[in-house]
Amino acid sequence: MPAVDPDTAPSTIEVEHLVKTYGGIAAVNDVSFTVRRGEIVGLLGPNGAGKSTTMRILTGFLPATSGIVRICGIPVASRTDEAKRHIGYMPENNPLPEDMRINEYLYYRGRLKEMPREKLRTRLDEMLELCDLKRIRHRIIGKLSKGMRQRVGIAEAILGEPEVIIMDEPTIGLDPHQILVVRDLIGGLRGRMSVIISSHILPEIEVTCDRVLIINGGRIVAQGTPAELRRSVVGRTHYELELAGDLTALPAVLAGVSAELAVQATAGPDEAGFHAVTLTTTSDQELGERLLQALTARTYRVRAISRAHPTLEDVFLAATKRSWDIVDAPSARRRDSRRRRPDKT
Amino acid sequence: MRHLFTILGHEIRMLLVNPSTYVAAVLFLAIMGLIFTGLIEVYSEAAQETSPAYDFFRLFLGFAVIFIVPLITMKSVSEERRLGTLETLLTTPVSTAEVVLGKYGAVYFLYLLFWGSTGGLFYILHRFATDARLLDPGTLVGGYVYIAVSGLFYVAIGVFASALSRNQAVAAILAFVMLAVLIFGPKIALDVQLLQLEAFRPARAALDYAQVFQHLNDFSRGIIDTRHLFFYFTGTTLTLILTILGVEAKLLHH
Repeated sequence: MPAVDPDTAPSTIEVEHLVKTYGGIAAVNDVSFTVRRGEIVGLLGPNGAGKSTTMRILTGFLPATSGIVRICGIPVASRTDEAKRHIGYMPENNPLPEDMRINEYLYYRGRLKEMPREKLRTRLDEMLELCDLKRIRHRIIGKLSKGMRQRVGIAEAILGEPEVIIMDEPTIGLDPHQILVVRDLIGGLRGRMSVIISSHILPEIEVTCDRVLIINGGRIVAQGTPAELRRSVVGRTHYELELAGDLTALPAVLAGVSAELAVQATAGPDEAGFHAVTLTTTSDQELGERLLQALTARTYRVRAISRAHPTLEDVFLAATKRSWDIVDAPSARRRDSRRRRPDKT
Repeated sequence: MRHLFTILGHEIRMLLVNPSTYVAAVLFLAIMGLIFTGLIEVYSEAAQETSPAYDFFRLFLGFAVIFIVPLITMKSVSEERRLGTLETLLTTPVSTAEVVLGKYGAVYFLYLLFWGSTGGLFYILHRFATDARLLDPGTLVGGYVYIAVSGLFYVAIGVFASALSRNQAVAAILAFVMLAVLIFGPKIALDVQLLQLEAFRPARAALDYAQVFQHLNDFSRGIIDTRHLFFYFTGTTLTLILTILGVEAKLLHH
């Protein structure tokens, strides 16, 4: 449930034609996107896709090779200090000083973020409460468990009430219960702050984010809401049926239901005489009911019917595969030939 | 520069709650006490030409600076780089210069604290020595002023070394070597036969000018030469600028 209207909310992050090269190799290659106030956006990509580099450029920690990044309308490259005041950032692996207590650390960070002492004290209490750190606020950070450390990192990122929050892999290495807690924390920011989180854990992004950017080889290969991505990237809906009857007459029945419906695979029959059939269609319409009616009218016995939703995983695999094919076709061929060479010798 | 004092205060606090600071302090005072006792014994046996304070500072410059400065500076920047906390620090509205100066200021404060504690040795001598000539206030004041001024440079070198490596041991060894070259280098280089040639006279003059023991000698005699001050102040400034540039360069290419 996006609490913001994506068309009217002002954009807090604007990225235009961002390029970052390391010694001639492009880590980020012509990336453009915008994030609106109150939106939670997931940055998805395989390892080394350029997620962390993009985030570091957004925070002003790394300079870009070319392109424009604006945070709340402030260009990061020329007015870095000003832009940094609007950002809360949690880097990859969440680095924290080992020898400080939680409340000391958060207080120090608050001071660095230019929060007045009085306001910081009340805000600190709020944060400790929100991130469930109140009981352990006097513990030394070096002795905390991974989940606690992660909560400290998140508390630190949202402490200064910034407009933009950037988190690099906030749930990495957490157990399922802790992931749930962190997810709720991030979800609680919806509508108030713009959040970018990166991850390669897909269900994670799917549950938390309003919009997903899939990045691969330094480029954005797909973007949209999870539902849009399913449509645009995978482009197909599958129906799985278990039915008994004459399979050779099936295509004719399907044509009567929808012209785009086709049999993708069949298996069986099992001992009871049922076949497992997978149908595929490019249309978005819900065809289940009509399918069922048409099949039973033709004396097919149907035991099960289900519509398979492509998971974000399918989308991700399809999008990254497609980008390898398109973007990196020449280098992929080179890689292949190199890989094959040992076989020949 | 509004964050400088936040960082400075934080760094001093962290140094003061860190056990390794106290280990270094105990080590420092133990070596110091031993040297001092040895000196007093020499002075009690036969009359010497110089005041014990001068010999004390001279010996100490050799030992304490070379060993203690790397020990207290090695952690400053390299630890933050190793843990990755430099990244979180520099994504707040804080400049690299503020971070480096804050850390430098804190270590320099600790350095002064260490040296200040050696005042206790002179106090003990003052309480128990009957011979007032053993304690020459001029030498004492000059010596401490020298320590404070030269310390600016030495600590800056230590912090610079720490900014070059994320490994603390490497940082300490680097600082050790740089300080050794600075303190003993000119003295040794002046003995090289090649430099005795007429053509190397300017080089010899430069080396002569950079002899830190000569500086100490002058300071402890009450001569505060602006050339010496210039040497340490420019050295400090240059090293700190290099440190700031070094930290920034490492960020760009990491």
